Amino acid sequence: MTDWLQFLFMGIQRGAIYAMVAMGFNMIYNATGIINFAQGEFVVLGGLMMVSLTMVMDFSIVFAFFLSVGFVTIVGILMERLTINPVRRPTVLRLIIITIAVSMLFKGSAMCFWGKGSHYMRHFTEAQPLEIMGATIMPQTLWIIGILILVVIGYVLFFNCTMTGKCMRACAINRDAARLAGINDRRMVMLSFALSAAIGAIAGIIITPLIQMDYARGALLGLKGFGAAVIGGLGNSMGAVAAGLLLGTIEAMAGGYISSHYMDAIALVIMLVVLFARPGGLFGSSEEVRLKEF
Amino acid sequence: MLRLINVNCYYGLVRVLKNVSLHVAEGEIVTLIGANGAGKTTILRAISGLHPVRSGNIYFENRDVTGWPAERLVETGIGHVPEGRQIFRPMSVHDNLELGGHLVYKHYGRKRLKSEISEVFDMFPVLHQRRNQYAGTLSGGEQQMLAIAMALMAGPRMLLLDEPSMGLAPMIARDIFSRIAGFQQERKLTVLLIEQNARAALAISHRGYVMETGRILVEEEAGALLSNPEVKRAYLGRERREIWE
Repeated sequence: MTDWLQFLFMGIQRGAIYAMVAMGFNMIYNATGIINFAQGEFVVLGGLMMVSLTMVMDFSIVFAFFLSVGFVTIVGILMERLTINPVRRPTVLRLIIITIAVSMLFKGSAMCFWGKGSHYMRHFTEAQPLEIMGATIMPQTLWIIGILILVVIGYVLFFNCTMTGKCMRACAINRDAARLAGINDRRMVMLSFALSAAIGAIAGIIITPLIQMDYARGALLGLKGFGAAVIGGLGNSMGAVAAGLLLGTIEAMAGGYISSHYMDAIALVIMLVVLFARPGGLFGSSEEVRLKEF
Repeated sequence: MLRLINVNCYYGLVRVLKNVSLHVAEGEIVTLIGANGAGKTTILRAISGLHPVRSGNIYFENRDVTGWPAERLVETGIGHVPEGRQIFRPMSVHDNLELGGHLVYKHYGRKRLKSEISEVFDMFPVLHQRRNQYAGTLSGGEQQMLAIAMALMAGPRMLLLDEPSMGLAPMIARDIFSRIAGFQQERKLTVLLIEQNARAALAISHRGYVMETGRILVEEEAGALLSNPEVKRAYLGRERREIWE
């Protein structure tokens, strides 16, 4: 009984990160129709920046948090302005290959600045585990859950209640009609990169105290987040949150009950099974899939 | 007010507009008629900046606006209601109108946007009734009204209308046409209109152009076009009707 609860806590903690990475994927997918393979790198950059600011420069957690998110957001904006925006005739394939190149660039630079080792960071609050019904939970996990909830609320408010958010949705729904309403679609693409970089950075910052960030973690985090985005139905962010939490939980259960060596494999097999059975993802509509490019 | 000079447009290698020149004077309603694939929609897309112009010039209010991006042309005063009721279906009617007035919000703030929206609601009371419904759940005629209302929200001086009666029942199409003539008068708009239902469109127009395979063939007063035997045969479905049956 307590095992089960312990694995659930573990799963929600991992799932929250996957969910946030998946939201980042979806935002850029909705604005441009591409998958940004540098999404995992945003997570790493956020985490490593936070490590430097808190552990080396000794800033307070709150200040370092906003500074790191700001830094990665600027990186995201620069990425869009310098590599995506100047492409003369953008096709989905071209843009995706560009994002792969950018991810390698980020990874290489992260290795140069922070080295190959993994970095420890102190927890947001004390690192004493709490006991709930026989299972233990780190206070940091509570922070992760709380911040995920805040991010989701912020996301919903932004896209439903602000003019900029509505403009971004309009661009995703029907680009030509949005342009005819006077919406600058290029600016919306830039904004989507900024926001998904910010969400990626937040995910990296809150997970770093628990996993010890290193420069090469982006690929796997990105892959799992991508899995969550696909299972939830590409473009559907609330689906992605549910799918991310589900994926994390399944992974943790599989790791606990079967074998921790097969944890990643089991998560990916589940992703394949979902795609065979429901190509639109669990929460996507199957009609929509036929209209999508991939 | 609007003048196109020798405009050429391509889809890949295919030249779809061949040296098109036309003009629309202030306060006029001008109709473009022609068969499917003649390039009518492309002309409108070129004017509103959605389709790139390979050569030639487009002047709006004596300014060369060739190659301007669509969102800047909207700011300059050209509203385009594209073919097939391009509204934001998964959003509410009210949100659609807000987006249509996005520029009003940007330049003058929320108060002005609200008053513009209530003005549009006065013009189309049915949209007011349905303001919280998803736009995709409206009937065809209501969706068309919404599409036009969205374009009007940006406060255009010139309106491009692409087949506003497409797929609508004849009664509703007639209602749409009378509304177009109505607000054209009221708001002192200039209108360039494409229509399959050429007779109804010419009835409210001052002038008309006839297009065929990317060229403009005829330019005449609307009344003269209605009685032109060639036009009658090809586009108005009179006289040698037996040929087609």
